[in-house]
Amino acid sequence: MDIKVLGPGCAKCEQTEKIVKEALAESGVAGTVDKVTDVMEIAGYGVFGTPAVVVDGEVKCVGKIPKKADVLGWIR
Amino acid sequence: MGETLSISASNERVDESIRETEPEEPSIIDWKEIWKPLIWIVGGFLLFFFLPVNSTRFTGAVIESLALAKWYAQEHVLLCLVPAFFIAGGVGVFVSQGSVMKYLGAGASKVLSYGVASVSGSVLAVCSCTVLPLFAGIWKRGAGLGPAIAFLYSGPAINVLAIILTARILGPDIGAARAVGAILFSVVIGLFMHLMFRKEEEAKAAAAMHMPAPEVERPLWQTTLLFATMVGLLVSATWGRPEHAGGLWSAVFAAKWLLTGGFALLLGILMVRWMRVKVYKLVLATAAVLVPALMVPQYPLIAFSVGLIAFTSLLTTTRGETESWFTASWDFAKQIMPLLLAGVLVAGLLLGRPGSEGLIPSGWISSLVGGNSLWANLFASVVGAFMYFATLTEVPILQGLIGAGMGKGPALALLLAGPALSLPNMLVIRSVLGTKKTLAFVVLVVVMATASGLIFGGLMGG
Repeated sequence: MDIKVLGPGCAKCEQTEKIVKEALAESGVAGTVDKVTDVMEIAGYGVFGTPAVVVDGEVKCVGKIPKKADVLGWIR
Repeated sequence: MGETLSISASNERVDESIRETEPEEPSIIDWKEIWKPLIWIVGGFLLFFFLPVNSTRFTGAVIESLALAKWYAQEHVLLCLVPAFFIAGGVGVFVSQGSVMKYLGAGASKVLSYGVASVSGSVLAVCSCTVLPLFAGIWKRGAGLGPAIAFLYSGPAINVLAIILTARILGPDIGAARAVGAILFSVVIGLFMHLMFRKEEEAKAAAAMHMPAPEVERPLWQTTLLFATMVGLLVSATWGRPEHAGGLWSAVFAAKWLLTGGFALLLGILMVRWMRVKVYKLVLATAAVLVPALMVPQYPLIAFSVGLIAFTSLLTTTRGETESWFTASWDFAKQIMPLLLAGVLVAGLLLGRPGSEGLIPSGWISSLVGGNSLWANLFASVVGAFMYFATLTEVPILQGLIGAGMGKGPALALLLAGPALSLPNMLVIRSVLGTKKTLAFVVLVVVMATASGLIFGGLMGG
């Protein structure tokens, strides 16, 4: 499972990264969480608004901090 | 007994091995950990060692700085900033970004996209960290370089908080000029950039656009009425005493608290109708505000503060969108208040309140940026373009500069070049756009800001 957290480095993006990492650890699913901070790379995903979460190449959430329960739903 | 023996034996063994392999034991002092705090401590020490407490200019500047902070606390925090935070938070929660962004997509009409890009900063760019990803997205996946630049330029100048604070503290003329100037020039600069780099525009990759999903769906008229009520409340609460008695302005001033209360009640009713706020809570909140309003009408701030607390309780004790509204507003307050306090203290220390001096003599300011000469406007634009202003701190700094003799034209020039650009921000834009386009953008901004400063200064008569 390849999870990417997109965000240039604001407080909300860091919070999102933390929630995603916690959710991954809780679920026991094997996977990696990468933070993408380069704005051009973020734009490459077609994402308008950060923070955004991409799971296995699929954009799951844009422009808000996801709830941990939602993240668990995406990775299970 | 046996233990001590074995320890000394092992010690000898370690000693021997050190003597044989390593010439020196590694130091337990980790300078990497130490040097940063050490610099702070030494810096603090040197600061206080040489603190010029005997200089009247210095002590005067410290008093000025505190007096300015007190003035902000008394005049602006409760009536202006706190309501503005709730409005900005509401914009973030209730305004669907997706519905704005569809006008900035790859297939959008070119003319429309410039117009939308130049004004959408007021609802899209409420948080500085969203500006650059949106900019990159509009450029690479959406309407193209021109609208993206228009958005990048106007966004920081016309977000709701910036407009409210500029108009309130620097005066409605500069507030309006800032908003209108930012919108007009964003279109011009965007068009220039588009024409200059037309050949380099690549074909758009037809990728799906992912918009932030709106947290709540609500008809446009409801959202509009909600924000109109809040803006009405803010305007009537901050209504200043007019210079001349009589006329409509005076009548509004006389009834300002009645009007404020009316808007607050309307807001409460809207929250009961459209959100899940219970009627009995609104009745309780109204009663809580009426008590101080009737008991101590000479201190309207008390009733206003109770109103703010009651409003916050309505938001936080109701489940659903009101909670998101509260959280978004709190995020703004938490992020901006410390920056603004620091900005006010520094501006007060360096420049003093209007009519008095801080550390920097007023003569320097008025000789550099006084009047409305080309040089003064150009200087203000260039300084504004390179200097970094933390969110909204441009307002107290400009207030200090104007008080120290800066002309209105150069003030607008600085406002138009300042928040959109800064040295760190240029470096980030460069990593996105490349050196050539960034340079063109910076030059265009400086030229435009200088020109608009000259025009505005001329219109205002210096």
